[in-house]
Amino acid sequence: MKPFLAVLTRDMKLATRIGGDSLTVLLFYIMTGAIMPFAIGPDKDQLAQLGPAIIWISALLSLLLALDRLFRLDHEDGSLLAMRQASLPLEMIVVAKICAHWVTTALPLIVATPILAILLNLEIDQTLRVIFTLLVGTPALICFGAIGAAVTVSIKRGGLIAPILILPLSIPTLIFGVSAVSGGAIANAQDAALLFLAGFTLLSLVFTPFAAALALKMAAE
Amino acid sequence: MTESKSQEPTPQDLGFFSRIAHPGYFLEWSRYFIWPLLGITAILMAYGLYLAFFNSPADYQQGETVRIMYVHVPSAWLSQFCYAIMAAAAIGSLVWRHPLADVSAKAAAPLGATFTAIALITGALWGAPTWGTFWEWDGRMTSTLIMLFIYLGIIALWRTFEDQVRAGRIIAVITLVGAINVPIIKFSVDWWNTLHQPASVFRLDGPTMPPSILLPLFVMFFAFSFLFLLLHFISMRTEILRRRARAIERQYAQQLRTQKP
Repeated sequence: MKPFLAVLTRDMKLATRIGGDSLTVLLFYIMTGAIMPFAIGPDKDQLAQLGPAIIWISALLSLLLALDRLFRLDHEDGSLLAMRQASLPLEMIVVAKICAHWVTTALPLIVATPILAILLNLEIDQTLRVIFTLLVGTPALICFGAIGAAVTVSIKRGGLIAPILILPLSIPTLIFGVSAVSGGAIANAQDAALLFLAGFTLLSLVFTPFAAALALKMAAE
Repeated sequence: MTESKSQEPTPQDLGFFSRIAHPGYFLEWSRYFIWPLLGITAILMAYGLYLAFFNSPADYQQGETVRIMYVHVPSAWLSQFCYAIMAAAAIGSLVWRHPLADVSAKAAAPLGATFTAIALITGALWGAPTWGTFWEWDGRMTSTLIMLFIYLGIIALWRTFEDQVRAGRIIAVITLVGAINVPIIKFSVDWWNTLHQPASVFRLDGPTMPPSILLPLFVMFFAFSFLFLLLHFISMRTEILRRRARAIERQYAQQLRTQKP
């Protein structure tokens, strides 16, 4: 447990003390959400209807933006090689890094969601529902992001490729995340979508550490 | 892939499967398969197209446009079969670290993308006269489109790596992740679609098909499968030769460097 916490606190300190990437991602999230009404138009009813989708898309794009930070720097300065010698298996180190990444990038977005909700004219209960679905769904987005980041970690040029790989894989999360808020006409569809979202998050949490660690090992050879 | 004869065992020392999978030996035996495969493909394709165009009835509702099906359905089948080949090859490159598995996965990706694109384009062309629209966010069409995106992402990934041997193993990881995810995507898209517009699901399996339509479909199905096999063989051979050429170029460059101090 101790090495796990060591990696976790190290990553969180690095993310909060140097560079201020968390704040940048947060600003990007707010701006992406706030820019949508300029394209859609200021019609409040329409915005309220599209609000959950806009928030989810903004969150997805912001998390994609922050992804490169997850493994690249540690791969380049050799920390990742050092971590492979640790008593902790690389899979657990990946889990620690995913947790730290979620706390430093996804959690600020979720906390700031009420701002976007006000801008997009969402009701209070809908806002709470969006926040809840984001809490449940963002770990899955980070997990797929981690696989993409691990696969592309050794690529020097062509760093734009990770989002291309991850976006198609994120579609189920997006579908269930948005349907869990605005589920349509069928009874209980929202709850069903929420359960699917939770299940998908748990599934991705199970297989991501192995896939990402495998990719990192292959990249270091 | 370095082809140093001193380190690698000669093909005669290996078991049957290792022998046929040895890249050098593969180049030798696969040569004899190209022309027969080409012949089979050509005959099946000619017969299938003849049946499809001249010897099958037009649909009483869709008219002549039903003939698009004979290209559309086989390509849609291959778009999924290609991914299965890639996933199997990915297991091969991760478990046995076999260079031929890498080559097979790399060669299958553009073929899969092409067949998926053909399925989508013929589907759109078929949809325009029959449904009145080129595109419908129908569950099947949407998941095929996502499939195309996944193929294109993997092809783009192949192109960004300099070291193709390492690329093979890393891409195998994302290919397998995709293989787990493809059924989930398909399921979620179906769910999403039925949620929004339950009435408009277009399917082929309405009435049972008469044999006059089923036979050309079957022939075209085999023709496309053999076409895939042929193209896969050819592009695998090309890829092995390309890797050899690159290895020789690198050796030559090193020789030049040692000669000139």
